[in-house]
Order: sequence, then C-alpha cells, then structure tokens
Amino acid sequence: MSVAELLEGKRVCVCAGSGGVGKTTTSAAIALGMAAQGAKVGVVTIDPARRLANALGLEELQNEPRRVEAKRLAPAGLEIRGELWAMMLDPKRTFDELIDRIAPDASRATEIKANRVYRELSTAVSGSQEFTAIAKLYDLDREGDFDLLVLDTPPSRNALDFFEAPGRLTSFLEGRALKAFMRPTGVGMRVLGKGAVPLLAGLRRVTGVDLVTDLSTFFQLLGGMTTDFSLRAAEVEKLLMASTTAFLLVTSAQGEPIDEAIWFRRTLEAGGIQFGGVVVNRVHHDLLGDSEPDDVSAALARKLGRELADKVASNFRDYHVLARRDYKNIGRLERELPGDPLVLIPHLDDDIHDVEGLLQMHRYLFASRSERQRLIAEVVA
Amino acid sequence: VAELLDKRLVFVTGKGGVGKSTVAIALGLLAARRGLRTIVAELASQDRAQRAFDQNGAQFREVELAPGLFTISIDPQRAMEEYLRIKVGALGHVLSGSRLFHAFAMATPGMRELLSIGKVWELAQLQRQTRGAAPYDFVVVDAPATGHGVGTLRTPRTFADIARVGPIARQGRKIAATIADHDFTGVLAVAIPEEMAVNEALLLQDALAREALPLDTVIVNALYPARFVEGERAELSAALPRTRSRLARSALTAALSEHARAATQREQIQRLSDGINSPLIELPYVFADHVGREELERLSHVLEAEL
Repeated sequence: MSVAELLEGKRVCVCAGSGGVGKTTTSAAIALGMAAQGAKVGVVTIDPARRLANALGLEELQNEPRRVEAKRLAPAGLEIRGELWAMMLDPKRTFDELIDRIAPDASRATEIKANRVYRELSTAVSGSQEFTAIAKLYDLDREGDFDLLVLDTPPSRNALDFFEAPGRLTSFLEGRALKAFMRPTGVGMRVLGKGAVPLLAGLRRVTGVDLVTDLSTFFQLLGGMTTDFSLRAAEVEKLLMASTTAFLLVTSAQGEPIDEAIWFRRTLEAGGIQFGGVVVNRVHHDLLGDSEPDDVSAALARKLGRELADKVASNFRDYHVLARRDYKNIGRLERELPGDPLVLIPHLDDDIHDVEGLLQMHRYLFASRSERQRLIAEVVA
Repeated sequence: VAELLDKRLVFVTGKGGVGKSTVAIALGLLAARRGLRTIVAELASQDRAQRAFDQNGAQFREVELAPGLFTISIDPQRAMEEYLRIKVGALGHVLSGSRLFHAFAMATPGMRELLSIGKVWELAQLQRQTRGAAPYDFVVVDAPATGHGVGTLRTPRTFADIARVGPIARQGRKIAATIADHDFTGVLAVAIPEEMAVNEALLLQDALAREALPLDTVIVNALYPARFVEGERAELSAALPRTRSRLARSALTAALSEHARAATQREQIQRLSDGINSPLIELPYVFADHVGREELERLSHVLEAEL
C-alpha cells in the first residue's frame, strides 16, 4: 500500500518511533509526496540534519511554517502540484507563545516567563519538546490553513514518551496534586486539612522550603490559567484521537526497534488511537534466492580473479546475514500486527539527508505495491 | 585524569539507535573480566542487558548476568520509594503511601531524572545505603539519548540551584560534585558514522564542556569493514555491465553499495575526529542476527584492545 492511500482523508499524520530509525527524513518525504499530489502540507520537524534543513530552506529555528520554494525541488524532477510548508520547532519559543496566549495580560506573561520554575520547565526539562510539539500541532490544526499536517516527533528512546511526557507536564501545570493540599499565602504556606500536615511537612523536609515557596509562587502566577491548560489538554487529546489523525510508526528492521513498534502499536490500540501503518526503513532485501554465497565466488572468479571474487562473496554473505535478520523481524511484525499496512524502504546507499535522498525515499513511500516490487527488483539486479 | 576503568562511574550516552546499550554492556563485560565488581545501570531502556543474556523479569533489582557483572533497570518511582525509606524514615512511609505525593513528585519536572541519577549515585558509593548491598567497583550507566542525557547529568545541579537550601539542595550538590569529579566520573559518547549521530556527538562535547564535565572517549560504532580498495571498486564497476547472471549482478551491486557506504562512513569519522578532542575508538559492525552474549563478548575484546 502506498502512503498516499494510508493518508486518504487524514488531516494530521504523526510519525512516531524510537530514536535513529529515520523519522525526520520519513516525515519530510511524506510531506513532500502529499504536496506533490496537490495538497497544502505543513511539516513540523524537530532537529533535522543540517543538509535536510537546508534542502527545505530551514536555515534556523523558527516558529511558523515557511513555504518551501518549488524551485528547490524542481531540479530533482519532482513537480509539486500543491504546496509544501516546513518549520523547525523551537520549544522554548513555542512555550513562551503559549504563555503569551493564555495569560490574562502581558505583565503576567512577563512575570511567568521570568519565574525560575518556568525557566527550567521550558528549557532544560525533558518533556518540554514533546509538550511543545503537540501544542504546535494543535495550534496549526486549529488555524486550519493546511490540508495535512505532518509531525515528526522528538528523538527519544521510547516512542511512547511522545504521549506520556506532555501529560506529565500538563498535570504539573494543572497543579492538581499541589493545589489539593496547600494554598499559597503571603508568607510561606498555609495548610488545608489535617491530613495534609504530615504530607506538607514531609514535602518540605524532602525538597526544602525554598522549592516549595518557588512552586507556590509559580502556581500563584499561573492562577486561573491552570484551567486553560486542562481544557487545552482535553482538546489536544481529542485531536490525537480524531478519525482524521493517523499515526505512522517508523522503525528500522532491527530486532529492538521492531519489538518497540509492536509494543507501541498495542498501546495505541489500547488507547483507542487511529493507526495508519508501519514504515520499515533500511530493509536489506534478499538478493540470494535459492543460491549460496559460494556460488557467487564461482560465478565471478573468472572475471575478477579468485581473491576479489572471494571478497565479493564474503561481503554478500554478511549482507545476507542482515537480510535474513530483517526478514525474520518483518515476519514477526506481520504476525504480531496482522492486517496493518507495512511500507518497506530498502537500505539506501547514502545517509539520506538531502533533496536527492528525500526523493529517493519518497519514491518508495508513494509507490503502489507493484511499483515497489519493480523498484526493489532494480536494486536487486 | 584517571583511565576510564580506574573511574567508578561511567555514563554512556549518544543519539538514539547508535548502540548505547551494546557499548555499555560490552564495557561492563570488560570491567568484570578485569576483576572489577561491575553493574550496568539502565536509565531509559527496558532490561536490555538482561535480555541480551537471555534473562528477564527482575525490575529494579540488582541481577547477576555473569560472574562479577550485574545489571539494574532504574525506575524513578521505585527509586523514590527507596529514597524516602532511607532518608525520611517513618515519614517516608507516609509519603510513599500517599498518592498525592506520588503524583506531585512524578509530575515535578526533572524529578524523575533526579531520582534516577540519585540511585546511580547510590550504586557508586563505597558505603551503600541500600541495606545489605555490596559496593561496586565500576558502575556503567546506560544513559538516555544525548539531549536528555546531558539534561540528566545536569539535573542534580539544577535542583540544587532551585531548591537552594534543604535536603534536596544538599543531596543535589553532593551528587553534582561527584559527577563533576573527573577522577570519579567519566562520560563515554557513542556515535555511528552518520551525519546526525556525528552532529550529536559534537553537540554533546560542547554541552559537556559548558557543564565542566569531561568527555573521556568517543566510540564510533558499527563500522563497515574496508573490504575493497579504490582500484578494486573500479574493477567491480567495470564488471557489472559485463555480467549477466542475476546472482553475480546482485553480489556486485551489494559490494559496490557497501563500498560506497564505507566511504561515507570514513568521511563522517573524519568530521568526528576533526571536531572531537577526545580519543576515538572504533567498533566493527556486527553482522549477526541479533547482538547477544557472544557478540557482546567479542565487542568487549575489541574495546579492551583499544582502551
């Protein structure tokens, strides 16, 4: 199945997967392909390779999508019938803009942005990338300027971080746990309810008085905004669960990413989230058929001499260890996720981080099944 | 600065998918072979060390994989419970039984990282705080991917700064001082010779320098063998159009393609060695079905020869 079919009728495509499997390039190639077919597509990338960023005209972090000029892609021979827009997420700025938007007035926004807890929250802390990526996706979706939004997800070891991290941050911002047992006053803290006494005492003993005071100042500043965070969180969840949102899982064919893909898929299912399919990158296709690597030396010895022919054969043998590994893992993926569409992309020659690479990947992603077979046959011989 | 194996605590970090776990376990095997009581502490992965040794199940427990080699998967929630029990005593039990407190602590940004690294610190102490636990000579931390990895290393300092006074500040400062002690703590970056992984190793070097932390060694993982010299490549290219058999054509194509990849890798290693001030160690690509005990042993011997 081609990615175009998987994304039919979708407005949002989230590319998830564990680190180092080619998510960013896959996201960009998907956006490119959909734009080529006539849609107005916005792709939100996170930390793309410099050459890829340059290819898309993303010289710096910016917080609004910019149109990728068609002439950048034209030399490579792809006609863009729609529009391709791209942006590179700036988490700190996205967070600041969110505060600007929901703060009751500008001076409150300034105060919050100067708060120590906030500064840590919006920069250093893990989870801020995930939180702001979803925030950006939500805002772009609401503005409604695009036919399709493609979101690359932040690099993490665990694909599920993308769902869990924003929730953790949101529940912190909502301050539910904290509000339940303390109320900030002018000096320090007044305790609400008897049961909270040891809790608060313990909290202060474990964390130190200043931290508690800082947090309380922070929540005082947030004030009624915590409700907005809750409302937004509910809206974001609705967007992620919508039938017009598709999750594509990006993986390589190695054992661990495949394990993770299977597990992630199950978690999505349990959460009632729409699943688009799996893109398996860097597949080593079987070139051997029924032959043995030794047949290779024999076939080439006359042309290349024994020594070189043996080297070619030994390379071929190693390649086939990987091909067999990949086939085994893909087979497991198929068995574990019956009926889910798989799109296999071969292990392409170069580290793909430029327009040429993007187009190469695009060709596989958007090929119909039979076209893909033909493309693979070309690689094979 | 002490040699890597003379340190007690070594963090292994790098971009996602570059083989951090593999390198961490191989280093652990090497240390154990040298007679050091060693533990591989996983911060973000799911029992990879146990699975590589065909064991499973034990969470947040120090499990012996091989003579002298242990592993633990650190879960922040469990680390918190343990910390509260040790530090706050009876009150700790009240706190750790409180759902509100859990929700608060787990939601506080950076708290999970602090708790995890606190546990790592505890593992590396000569006087273990966990009752009845024997000390380790060498603690290898399979750390989260680079961006988060430096964040994790920074967390104790951040918390000490935020909390200023009180037990967390004190604890934070103590851990931060341990991490900043170059004789005690080391950092090992893993990269594969690809553009993004190299970029990340270079960024990591800068980020560590900003925190005044050392970058001891960079491991360049998954290197293709240099099978063909340039003249041979030319021969293979010339042979391809004159070859008819499908099998032979496939083999020639695969050879040319691996040669091209190896060349790209060499360029990236050059970039890495131009930009990195620490020694580079190369590990070969493992052509195997999966990286299990046998492969890890092999890699640990390569490491041993290079370190």
